[in-house]
Amino acid sequence: MTTTAPAEAAVGETPSGAAHPHPRRRPGRIRRIGLPYLLLLPALLLELLVHLVPMVIGIVMSFKELTQFYIRDWGTAPWSGLDNYKVSVDFDAPVGEALLHSFLVTVAFTLLSVGLCWLIGTAAAVYLQDTFRGRGLLRALFLIPYALPVYAAVITWVFMFQHDNGLVNHVLHDQLHLTDKPSFWLIGDNSFYALLTVSVWKGWPFAFLIVMAGLQNIPGELYEAAALDGAGMWQQIRRITLPSLRPVNQVLLLVLFLWTFNDFNTPFVLFGKSAPEAADLISVHIYQASFVTWNFGTGSAMSVLLLLFLLVVTGVYLLLTSRGRKPAHG
Amino acid sequence: MASTNSPMAPPRSFFWSRRIFLTLLTGFVLLPVYVMVSSSLKPLADVTGEFHWLPSEVTIRPYIDIWSTIPLARYFVNSLVVAGAATVCSVVIAVFAAYAVSRYEFRGKRVFTVTVLSTQMFPGILFLLPLFLIYVNIGNATGIALFGSRGGLILTYLTFSLPFSIWMLIGYFDSVPRDLDEAALVDGCGPLGALFRVVVPAAIPGIVAVAVYAFMTAWGEVLFASVMTNDTTRTLAVGLQGYSTLNNVYWNQIMAASLVVSVPVVAGFLLLQRYLVAGLTAGAVK
Repeated sequence: MTTTAPAEAAVGETPSGAAHPHPRRRPGRIRRIGLPYLLLLPALLLELLVHLVPMVIGIVMSFKELTQFYIRDWGTAPWSGLDNYKVSVDFDAPVGEALLHSFLVTVAFTLLSVGLCWLIGTAAAVYLQDTFRGRGLLRALFLIPYALPVYAAVITWVFMFQHDNGLVNHVLHDQLHLTDKPSFWLIGDNSFYALLTVSVWKGWPFAFLIVMAGLQNIPGELYEAAALDGAGMWQQIRRITLPSLRPVNQVLLLVLFLWTFNDFNTPFVLFGKSAPEAADLISVHIYQASFVTWNFGTGSAMSVLLLLFLLVVTGVYLLLTSRGRKPAHG
Repeated sequence: MASTNSPMAPPRSFFWSRRIFLTLLTGFVLLPVYVMVSSSLKPLADVTGEFHWLPSEVTIRPYIDIWSTIPLARYFVNSLVVAGAATVCSVVIAVFAAYAVSRYEFRGKRVFTVTVLSTQMFPGILFLLPLFLIYVNIGNATGIALFGSRGGLILTYLTFSLPFSIWMLIGYFDSVPRDLDEAALVDGCGPLGALFRVVVPAAIPGIVAVAVYAFMTAWGEVLFASVMTNDTTRTLAVGLQGYSTLNNVYWNQIMAASLVVSVPVVAGFLLLQRYLVAGLTAGAVK
């Protein structure tokens, strides 16, 4: 499967070969220097327009008193200094308290979801490493949650979690008699577990995909050497497979963390515009603070705080994981 | 390849734990798929009352009704146009950018890659409103309608998939031997000729993987679609909510519509998943 590229590459190589030791034949200095920038230009312009300039505007907005009266012409909104930030982090007042609560819910949710996604994804990838009958079919099936459009998948879960006509209550209450009466899943405390279930269901195939790709880069000689030393299957997995996956896991866990922490689509489709308190993820919380109460200044301040938090976490994470890795290699 | 990894026969504990784990996982994965398929074939009475595993009678009525309850066909076309255009543009732009980073040394290279990757960290909610304001202002100043139009959404989505696509293609292009494009340069191709005649054909798995990713990103996005579209440009991600804002929640139709909008992506994805794994192996995961 992975041989496609090298095979094509080899075919392309034969006619010309490496017979010409001097490939440099540049028309002019300006063109040589300018070309890479020219190639980057479209990507750069789009990143500026859609990501970077809006982010700067967002940061500017967080210092303004931007309520619905000024939204038509946001430049005229009065400056408010750090007021939006003070409101956001005043944890004794309702706004700050709600934000802190939402933040803590998001942290707990993210840690659980990323942990479970990684665990299931890794286990599935390791179990599917050997060839056996039905392996290809299973691999395709396992990727379905990842391939399904978010809203189509999540709306199906909404149906399953319905109080009166959903599958979950039918199984737990009517068939297994585990509960005294049908539970509510999309409001109240249970909503946290409902959200976690959907998030793991949807997220683990990505971990599976990446780990599966990572496993193919582990040289087979390592396993052969270990087997000669008498290491059994479980020992090989623990001593060779998992350590070899470390660089892959470093990136995978970070990406999963950022995506899960910022996830808006899942809670938004699952709960609608106002999430229950127990599953009040931060992105939906900020969306609500901005668009439902029409207070964009405070919403922007909250977003900037969120970005700062993610920057710090990412920085510390990369520092710790990279430092821990160097001695192991050298 | 994998079977040669373990010359010693694995212990029995490995086999039974694998069987249990994979069985449970398959059940978990397929449960919503089963609910979607079976409920889409049920009459309305079946989905408003208590849940049953099997339909009381199998009907294809929901598949006919979905097109008239909401303008599903229009949403479908909108999604196809938006996701298709975003994918094509995103892939082309990412190929150029990744080629520049992979093959040239230039000032600001590191700044570029780090900045592009760090945009993955941005909470979408932070630039939703600013982007909305920028699009409205560009519209007022130049007459180019970005807000509420498909064009604005295409521009937004193609940028969303750019960072990951560029990152993955850099890795992939790096794995294509440099001798190849240098030979092409000697044979008289310009740098772009070398890119399109040699590097791109050798990197097809990576490019397919990036295209699949870009299409799925655009096809499934909800947040920006819910703010930046109007009645005529609404995409499926927002439009599908139309089945439940009415007095009655037509769950059988919702499931039928979900299935209909999923089939193109899932089918395409499963057909191309080999490329995706190959692309990830050579590109992102190194």
